[in-house]
Amino acid sequence: MTQVIPHYPMGDAQPNRTPWWTYFTFSTDHKVIGIQYLVTTFVFYLIGGALAAIIRTELATPDSDLMPPEWYNGMFTMHGTVMIFLWIVPSVTGGFGNYLVPLMIGARDMAFPFLNALAFWMIVPGATLLMGSFFVGPASTGWTAYPPLSILTEQHAGQIMWIFSLLIIGTSSILAAVNFVVTIWSMRMPGMGLFDMPLFCWATLAAAIMVLTSTPVLAGALILLSFDLMGGTNFFNPTGGGDPVVYQHLFWFYSHPAVYVMILPVFGIVSEVLPPHARKPIFGYKAIAYSSMMICALGLFVWAHHMFTSGTPDWLRIFFMVATLLVAVPTGIKVFSWMATLWGGKLRLESPLLFAVGFISMFVVGGLSGVMLGSAPIDIHVHDTYFVVGHFHYVLFGGSVFGIYAGLYHWFPKMTGRMFNEFWGKVHFVLTFVGFNLCFLPMHILGLMGMPRRVAQYDPQFTTINQICTFGAFLLAISTIPFLVNAVYSWLWGEAAPNNPWQALTLEWTTTSPPHPHNWEGDPVLETGPYDYGKDYSQSSLVRH
Amino acid sequence: MATETMTTTMHGAIAPTEPGHHPDLRLFGLIVFLMSEGMLFVGLFAAYLTFRAVATEWPPEGTPELELLLPGVNTVILMSSSFVIHQADEAIKENKLAAVRGWFLATFVMGAIFIAGQVYEYAHLEFGLTSHLFGSTFYILTGFHGLHVLIGLTLIAAVLGRSLKPGHYRAESHFGIAAASIYWHFVDIIWIVLFVLLYLL
Repeated sequence: MTQVIPHYPMGDAQPNRTPWWTYFTFSTDHKVIGIQYLVTTFVFYLIGGALAAIIRTELATPDSDLMPPEWYNGMFTMHGTVMIFLWIVPSVTGGFGNYLVPLMIGARDMAFPFLNALAFWMIVPGATLLMGSFFVGPASTGWTAYPPLSILTEQHAGQIMWIFSLLIIGTSSILAAVNFVVTIWSMRMPGMGLFDMPLFCWATLAAAIMVLTSTPVLAGALILLSFDLMGGTNFFNPTGGGDPVVYQHLFWFYSHPAVYVMILPVFGIVSEVLPPHARKPIFGYKAIAYSSMMICALGLFVWAHHMFTSGTPDWLRIFFMVATLLVAVPTGIKVFSWMATLWGGKLRLESPLLFAVGFISMFVVGGLSGVMLGSAPIDIHVHDTYFVVGHFHYVLFGGSVFGIYAGLYHWFPKMTGRMFNEFWGKVHFVLTFVGFNLCFLPMHILGLMGMPRRVAQYDPQFTTINQICTFGAFLLAISTIPFLVNAVYSWLWGEAAPNNPWQALTLEWTTTSPPHPHNWEGDPVLETGPYDYGKDYSQSSLVRH
Repeated sequence: MATETMTTTMHGAIAPTEPGHHPDLRLFGLIVFLMSEGMLFVGLFAAYLTFRAVATEWPPEGTPELELLLPGVNTVILMSSSFVIHQADEAIKENKLAAVRGWFLATFVMGAIFIAGQVYEYAHLEFGLTSHLFGSTFYILTGFHGLHVLIGLTLIAAVLGRSLKPGHYRAESHFGIAAASIYWHFVDIIWIVLFVLLYLL
């Protein structure tokens, strides 16, 4: 069999550039949809980030002087909702998943291209509802919307819009997940077994299974909540005989797995970024693949660790505490595998690897505080304090967002056909890393000192530390500027990217940059395993005589 | 990228598929989706069981016992309809389109009777959606299931309509028929659990 990959010399003009207007159409091309997701979600990241900046400005002083406390409640509610439902979840699944999965498994597209486009465009009404709620007074009961507060709220219309927005976005994410499961299971190219897939596909499969299992339960909770709000029922209102704790169980049955939906694909991204930039095979391929599935299984049975202070009986607390701590095992396996991958590697310390290494270190901090919080006695002590806020930002920002940046830099040449500017990438990394730690590390101390979260005012003794956090937040806001300028400039005028700028071995690098509309002009050819760096190809696990 | 050694040693697996052409995965997709949708009911059932376990009295004092006869007959009708629609699935494999239409029509009528029975039951119950938690859970669970029955009936009607197009459904290609019948089985299974939880337990 002969090599059929068309060869474009380095620096060649982009042969397959998608016209800009395509991104505003109902395109069924998974690459267009992937970029639609990535760009749209990044816009919501900026909106959510602006809300965060407003929150931190308010918290620069102990008094509630920037805005009335009720507004503040709306700000942090919308900040959380936007960051989770319109930024991280759709970015790591819809964005990276759609762009990369078919390319990595040698498929022409996703299994259901029309459904794929539909899922993306459902974000539009969902997001419009959520943003529109600013005009009627946004939901102000936290992203958790615990009843009875969310039933008795004065922002009645905003809360209803919040519910319907989440129902639409949830449906979108279920449809996308159906597509991922079927595509990964059934559309791999001939010769590619499950254990020949890149680890990103394993991670996406695990995340999709979690979406399918847990999102409908949130939908159930939201439907009951909407009946309480509009239909006169009392499911969650104790004065009418209802039970608010049932909502908490249903909500967290989704929302804890949602945390893994936000981090599993990022684990996958990091597993893709490390080997080519360290010039080494991934350490423990099977261990990483199995640990994704183990997190998927365990992660569905830990939800009530968010409810240690909700009157949960002791035997349940112990069960959920043990289950939660068990998640540290597969997660630890991954962290050690990544470190072993880096160990002794020929590190190319450019933006993708910098963010990936930043991810590992920051995620470990968040993971360790997660182990602390998973343990019921400590959790009861610091529940609803800034310790929790510090913890989950280390996981979701230090983890997910750093990983997303690593992925964006790594695949930018493939997606756009242009190289980004490495210098400004490094500036971006340093600003983000410093700003992030200034903003969130002190929150652990604030939490241990007893500062409660979700309150616009605080005791003056916390002022200095809060001002450090606010300074860090501003630095973090500034850090996005070099990224944005770099991304826009490079996309338009950057140096043309070769097909495989990182000399990586996964299949997406065997096609042109950007890829052919049908991914490969000829047929994709599977020559090596995804991580066979430094190996003689004749020793490849894929060669079967 | 290709080198001499690679060209000779690679096992040379290539994708034989043309763009847009791959095995029909729609049934697989539908089953994955229905498993997910089943979780919606699992969540609602779990909520129901918890409300019930926490309540001091269930159903609340003064609520008459639910009548069993009508829902019992309804259950038998819905369960039988699953077997009826399965006949259509078998018939199309032998290209018996007339039989398919017959079985689908029969299923449609049985589903419509089920809905009519449910409307009748709603009209004659002494409690409403907002009377008490028991009433709320009852109407939400049965209503939500009823909505799924209606969707199923729509699918069945759509298949009946499409079956009039010559050659639309053939022994080797009949996704619509298979999908409608799988969906109908799903609706049936949910009802059985629901019936046990609401009426028998």
